[in-house]
Formats: sequence, C-alpha cells, structure tokens
Amino acid sequence: MFVIKYIKEVWTAVRSLLKGMKRTLYYFTHHKEIITQQYPDNRDTLVLPERFKGEVVMPHDENNEHRCTGCQACELACPNGTIKVIFKNDLTPEGKKKKAIDKLVYHLELCTMCNLCIEACPSDAIKMAQTFEHSVFDRNQLTKILNKPGSKIMEGVE
Amino acid sequence: MWSFSGIANNIHTWLGEHFNATWTMIIEMVIAGVAVIGLFALLGLVLVIMERKVSAWMQIRLGPNRVGPKGIFQSLADTLKLLVKEGMTPDGADKLLFNVAPFIAMIVAMLLLAPIAFASNFQLWDLNIGVLYVSAVSSIMVISILMAGWASNNKYSLMGAMRSGAQIVSYELSAGLSVLAVVVMCGSLQMSEIIESQRNGWWIFKGHIPMLIAFITFIIAVTAETNRAPFDLAEAESELTAGFHTEYSGMKFALFFLAEYVNVFIVCAIGATLFLGGWMPLHIGNWEGFNHAMDYIPSSLWFFGKTFFLIFVIMWFRWTFPRLRIDQLLNLEWKYLLPISMINLLVVTAMAILGWHF
Repeated sequence: MFVIKYIKEVWTAVRSLLKGMKRTLYYFTHHKEIITQQYPDNRDTLVLPERFKGEVVMPHDENNEHRCTGCQACELACPNGTIKVIFKNDLTPEGKKKKAIDKLVYHLELCTMCNLCIEACPSDAIKMAQTFEHSVFDRNQLTKILNKPGSKIMEGVE
Repeated sequence: MWSFSGIANNIHTWLGEHFNATWTMIIEMVIAGVAVIGLFALLGLVLVIMERKVSAWMQIRLGPNRVGPKGIFQSLADTLKLLVKEGMTPDGADKLLFNVAPFIAMIVAMLLLAPIAFASNFQLWDLNIGVLYVSAVSSIMVISILMAGWASNNKYSLMGAMRSGAQIVSYELSAGLSVLAVVVMCGSLQMSEIIESQRNGWWIFKGHIPMLIAFITFIIAVTAETNRAPFDLAEAESELTAGFHTEYSGMKFALFFLAEYVNVFIVCAIGATLFLGGWMPLHIGNWEGFNHAMDYIPSSLWFFGKTFFLIFVIMWFRWTFPRLRIDQLLNLEWKYLLPISMINLLVVTAMAILGWHF
C-alpha cells in the first residue's frame, strides 16, 4: 500500500513539473507572445490596455459644459484626500440661487489611481484618462483643476 | 579534416622539432593552462548571455537587446563593469579566508576540467579513475562556499553557506549513485573507455528505462550541486540577499559568478559524456550507412552540442520551477532521490550481470 502511494506521489510530481516545463517551452519557442513594450521607441504606436488608468480627467463637451453637480461623492470616496471640491453660488434663469462647483481640485501627486472616485460619481462627470507621462519639474504643476475656466454644468444633469 | 586533435598533434610535433622533451612538456602545459583560462572566460560570457536570453524568452520578455546586435555584447559590458569595481573586504571579515575563497571556487572548476574529453583524442588528462576523480574533486566546491560564508562575518552569508553544505553533501550521494550506474554498465572509470563503450549507441538508449531514471536523478542532483534554482538555497536572494556571496563585490564576486557557470558547464559535460556519449556521434546498432553519415559531423560539435543541450535543460529548470524550502529540499533527496537511485542501481547491476542491454 505504502509503495503504491509512494509511486503515485512521484508520478504526480513528475507530471506536474513536466506540465510547467511544457508551458515555459511554449513561451520559449513562441516569441510572438512577448508582452514587453519597447516604450520610448514605440511611443507613437503605443497601445495601452483598455483598463489602464493614468489620471482623473473631467470630460467637457463642445459648449464647454461638464456633468459635475458638485455632490462631493468623489471627495468622500477618495481614501487619501486627492480631490477637493470648492463651491460657488450660481444663479438660475429664474433668479434662484443654486450650488455649483467653482473648482474641482485634483492632486495628481497624491493619487493612487484606485478608481474609487469614478465608481462613486453618480453622474459620470469624471473618468480615468490613459495619459501617463506625468513627470514635471515643479510639483505645483501636479495640482490640477479639472473643470475648465468658464465651464458650467450641462443642462439636465442634477 | 579540421579537428582539435589534429591541431594538438601539429603543435606537439612542431614543439618536438624545436625544443627538447622537458621544454616541450612545459610549453604544452602553459598552452593548456592558457587555453583553459580562455575557455573559462568565453564560457562565462556565452553562458551569461544565454541564461539571460533563455530566461527572458521563457518569461515572455525580450531580454537584453541594447548592447550590440540583439544584445549579444551585454555580458561583455557587465564583465567590464565588474572589472573596474572595487573589491571590498569588510572590516569584521576573516581577511585571508575571505580573499582566498573565490579562488578556491575557480581552482576546483579548473581541476574538474582535466578529465573531460572535448573531442576525439583531445583531453587534458585521461586518468584511469576519471569518474572517481570528478566526484571527489567536485566535493571540494563546498569548502569554498563554506569558507566564503564563514569568513564574511555576516549572518546571511553563514546561513547560506550552511544550507549549501547540507545540500551539496546530501545531493552528492544520488549524483554518485547515478554515475555509478554507467560505471557498472561499461565496467570502467576511465573517461575515454566510457566514451568508447558507447560506440554502438549511447547509454541512455542502450540501458533502457533504468538508465533513463539514472539520467534524470543525475540531472536533478547536479542542479542541486551547482546551487542553481530550484535548489539555489545557498543564494536565496529573497531570503538571504545573496547568501554566501553577500559581502563580495567586484572581481571577487565575478569569480564566484564565473565559477557557478563553469560548474554548470562541467557537470553538463560529464552528464553528456556518461549518458549521451561525449564526443561520440549518434550511432544506432548496425546501421552502417547512418553511422557513417553521422561520423561526418566533427566530434567537437557533438560534444558541445550535447553539453549545451543539457545546459539548456538546467536553465529550463531554473526558469520554470519555484525555489524549494530547505526541508523540502532534504526530503526530496533523502526520501525520494536516494531510495530511487539505490533501487535503480540494483536493477542496473542485475542488467549488467545478465547482459540485458544492447
């Protein structure tokens, strides 16, 4: 009984090791599988994976309008205080006061690209961009204001 | 036809015409020494770039590709860098042992090169106990590692050295037993006779399954003896920074590095000699035409082809398997490899006595 178990153990071990060796031999002989990007050389033709996350941006349409209501959900969702929402009071056409964002401050130097703010946003106002060449000489340049100057909230987004 | 033995004979006759016997001997020794050192340097360069390329392709990477075409001069650049680095000796280290250890590693590698036949009639020293000599001298390797680990005065180094001691001493057993299988079959310890006995077929084919098992245990055991992954517990960079050579830098580190690769070459050469016929071309029984066609390929090409195939297999192991724990490592040797190779040796002996081989 013991001998059968022993031989079985050796057999399964050898088989699983051979399975691993088969896989590496496949990679060794199939160079088309290589996933290394030769980055600075292929900068013009670089293809990033779909889910790659580089920085948070706020898309604006052609009328310089965004979808941010200033609900602060992103600010609350952020685990390390990357986003700060600064408010101002807008006047609606009827003359009533309405809360709106003055600046949506984004600290790229604190961001870990965890995607929690994008998931928290109820109106899809922010999204992750695929840019990644973020190096600058002054770290103040990493503090960005996401809404463009003079922009306002899109019609119908509450 | 061009051959290593032809060159050696030409040099010998030329020296014999111009000098007396003593000087011929001395000059030939110097030439052999220079050739060995040159071979070591070349092996270091070739095997390092081979290892890096093989590892890269197995891990779906590109590997070195900047220095020279396809990166083939990368190892040359690395060597230059190591040559200009400072070889430091730590304050608390045992100075003498610390500085001597890398040279012992190299000397052992050089001694091991003596009985290897590189081509037909091309061998430094065809002593009649070649296999015994190899297994005896290769055990000295562990002394250089223990020396380096002890003299470094560093707990990582010492731990790596101790592990390597346990490992090399235990794996030598199954390596020796699997070598013994071949010795039993051909009845000689002399390298040239072992090669000659494979004229009608390599031992791995002639010896049926028991020889195949002996070959596999041999490959596993020598992978452990040369301290290479998955048995690189002496280095274990994730646990012990670099194990026994943590404190080494510059050329002294390079010597350890070179000794590792040269040892890989040597054990693969011995494996090729014992199991795959050394420089003997692939001969199948009585197929005269086939055997004759195979003889046209130079014997040195056969030897280096087989050796580099085995080196590739060992590199293949390294980049496929994860590192073992020390208890798993000793389990593998004492509970699996040693009993298997002992029973295997018994079977091989029975086969040799009863003549159950081709």
